[in-house]
Amino acid sequence: MAAGITAFGAYIPRLRLNRASIAAAHKWAMPGLRGMAKGERSMCNWDEDAITMAVEAARDCLTGRDRSDIDGVFFASTTLPFIDRQNAGVIGAALNLEHGISSLDITGSQRAGTSALITALKSAGEGDTLLVAADARKAQPASSSEMQFGHGAAALTVGTGNIVARLVGSYTVTTDFVDHFRGEGQEFDYGWEERWIREEGYSKIVPQAVKALLEKTGVAGAQISRFVMPCTMKGIPDRIAKGFGIPAEAVADTLGEVCGDTGAAHALLMLAAALETAKAGDLILVAAFGQGADAILLEVTDAIASLPGRQGVSGALARGRKEDDYMKFLSFQGNVKLDWGMRGEVDNKTALSSEYRNKEMVTGFTGGKCSVCGTVQFPRTHYCVNPNCQALDTQEPYSFADSPARVMSFTADWLSYNPSPPFFYGQVQFETGGRVLMGFTDTDAGQIDVGSSLKMMFRIKDYDNDRGYRRYFWKAAPVSTGKEA
Amino acid sequence: MARGIRDKVAIIGMGCSKFGERWDSNAEDLMVEAFNEALTDAGIEKNQIEAAWLGTAFDRVHVGASALPLSTALRLSSIPVTRVENMCATGTEALRGATYAVASGACDIALALGVEKLKDTGYGGLPAGSRGPLPDLWVPNGSAPGNFAQLATAYSAKHGVSAQDLKEAIGHVSWKSHQNGAKNSKAHLQKAVTMETILNAPMIAEPLGLFDCCGVSDGSACAIVTTPEIAKSLGKQDIVSIKALQLCLSDGVESAFNTWDGSHFATTRVAAKKAYEEAGIKDPRKELSMIEVHDCFSVTELVTMEDLYISAEGQAVKDVMDGFYDADGPVPCQIDGGLKCFGHPIGASGLRMIYEVYLQLLGRAGPRQLKNPTFGLTHNLGGAPHANVSAISVIGRYN
Repeated sequence: MAAGITAFGAYIPRLRLNRASIAAAHKWAMPGLRGMAKGERSMCNWDEDAITMAVEAARDCLTGRDRSDIDGVFFASTTLPFIDRQNAGVIGAALNLEHGISSLDITGSQRAGTSALITALKSAGEGDTLLVAADARKAQPASSSEMQFGHGAAALTVGTGNIVARLVGSYTVTTDFVDHFRGEGQEFDYGWEERWIREEGYSKIVPQAVKALLEKTGVAGAQISRFVMPCTMKGIPDRIAKGFGIPAEAVADTLGEVCGDTGAAHALLMLAAALETAKAGDLILVAAFGQGADAILLEVTDAIASLPGRQGVSGALARGRKEDDYMKFLSFQGNVKLDWGMRGEVDNKTALSSEYRNKEMVTGFTGGKCSVCGTVQFPRTHYCVNPNCQALDTQEPYSFADSPARVMSFTADWLSYNPSPPFFYGQVQFETGGRVLMGFTDTDAGQIDVGSSLKMMFRIKDYDNDRGYRRYFWKAAPVSTGKEA
Repeated sequence: MARGIRDKVAIIGMGCSKFGERWDSNAEDLMVEAFNEALTDAGIEKNQIEAAWLGTAFDRVHVGASALPLSTALRLSSIPVTRVENMCATGTEALRGATYAVASGACDIALALGVEKLKDTGYGGLPAGSRGPLPDLWVPNGSAPGNFAQLATAYSAKHGVSAQDLKEAIGHVSWKSHQNGAKNSKAHLQKAVTMETILNAPMIAEPLGLFDCCGVSDGSACAIVTTPEIAKSLGKQDIVSIKALQLCLSDGVESAFNTWDGSHFATTRVAAKKAYEEAGIKDPRKELSMIEVHDCFSVTELVTMEDLYISAEGQAVKDVMDGFYDADGPVPCQIDGGLKCFGHPIGASGLRMIYEVYLQLLGRAGPRQLKNPTFGLTHNLGGAPHANVSAISVIGRYN
């Protein structure tokens, strides 16, 4: 049976750091950075990481569909929040996927996303595999990486039914070309000269894979509708495309100006952007570089027109808010240690037994719905909260993650510790019933009031820096209406 | 309802330490300071106390667990001593234990003592810490001002009060407490402040500024209780008796059901109704001579005026601005400065409020003495607007 992509989704953090603010901060030492200071790069909020971004991209990908036929989760990233704890498992739990699914973390290279896609396509069976790629790469201050990187995620479902893009073929070159690396225990990548990477890396290795793929599939470069190739170096994708006769207009925007390079996620993020505007019959060639290269050829099918609407890359980009505060970026990245006072010293040790016992509630944001009176409530308890009911053990699991909600009360708290003060939180009233005292995220002063619309997002609740753990819960974010200031 | 507690128990002695930043004192010092005053006032021997209740909330930052800190500090020999904790209602909770013990006949004379030594944490505000393994996983780590500040947004939305008008009304609440606290030598903050200072103070949790928040203080207060008959036999002339003691806790409806609007305290309304019935008060707006309420934050006091059925719903802003609760108004509120200026050592606050009513009823309140008070109400709130402990006492002259 033919395998292919059955749906796509994307997520880019709301905050977009103005590159000029990076250059301005380093002007005293590195005036040359000014040459790269164009546009903006996406940056994680303090409570975002590769897992939270992956969950949001996956939710976008799963828009309007039953999740019960997802039988596997692949998570590709080079910035896995946990080295030894399956990150894909957290994503599966946050999405309330069935328990009988396979799961896998895929890492170690910038082409982890495309390699995972090839693996998923080649092994596609009856159910769909959810493939998510996300990266929140950390860059050393004043490095070119700090300018080039962005944070983001993309998700695809891969299967054999209702395919929107069919796999025509793929080809992989594996070679131990070390353009950059990050050794164990290292915070930042270490890289070699960009000119060498361009000439001996991108310009020689990617074409090998593309050439082999086109030969293997019998497709001519001129037939390619969209050439998806992440590369922070200007002109390289165009040059490679030209070499194969791929039309110049087919070369996809690398999103460098508006987002930056999202690492292992970027090829899939660009692919998601391509699928957003694709039409039946389009041929999309994806090429990704990293200790070799992956090349994947996909053919868009009629089914693309019937996919339910989703945020996609354009929606994620439209949600952006410009950030000019480089010091905030440094702090969110953990690249500068501010004095948060004694309130920042609270021990956030997690009782792992409690977390496991309550994972549907906390990770999956599942409350209860009373089977007697219908009251929706959080948390799910033995006795129904409705004063006129109070039935015992009648609550069925009820997920709040996708329920629309509004602000019932709120405050902006400058006293309690929050890595991005003030801390916005308040009572959130769900339209289906039920209310929860929640932290707000992606919120600015004056943006919300009693009655404002909210949507739920999966975020980091607390860091336990003493033990290297982090715990996740859901937060409420204002429903934005397009591009913000 | 059951027969209740009205006039079954008399207060024969009370004491209160100086509240404030007691850098020179530990919890034992504060307990002894309050207790010695109460013992002298009661005119009994220490060994006549047959049972004691210690109220303290943040035991880990000062005395540690159990009631041993009280029994050892006061050298209470071989009597039952119990520690109670019910957030900011802790002091009143201690009194409830002692009062019920006397009312039941289990003992003749009992002691209730509340203490809190908060200034050893190294920062202002209440100590932050774990809320338990499950809440830590999902409840936002908000502060007390942040939780109570939400009353303001919900109250404004419900009653159509502009943010500016509400800010001025809650500012008046704080202004009044500062005026009153300036006349109280035991108060933590004894300086009158201007409205300008209050309104322009740094923001703590919007819309609460620094002057909308009560002082985090060290302090202790206590009461010695017995039956009115024993009080008489001890030669007491003016007897102050307990008219009502009510406690109401959230059952989770506010935080998880759909009926509560976030602008008031559901528990206070229930406790108030029960307390008025127990005390035989029909019209609190007319009958209460004075009130001491849980003004942890200025907005809390404002909405509490409605929860106690003294101001009509939606009318607290007007009453406050009209000076209804000022020292010279019909129902003076926080005549001793309140939590705002007397200070708020959690475990002591409930007893501190009763101490003020007790002094007023006995005509001992000095420069802030009210004319001929007959009933005083005290009110404590622990927790947050969406999940709380509400305690109310009514104290009056024993006839």
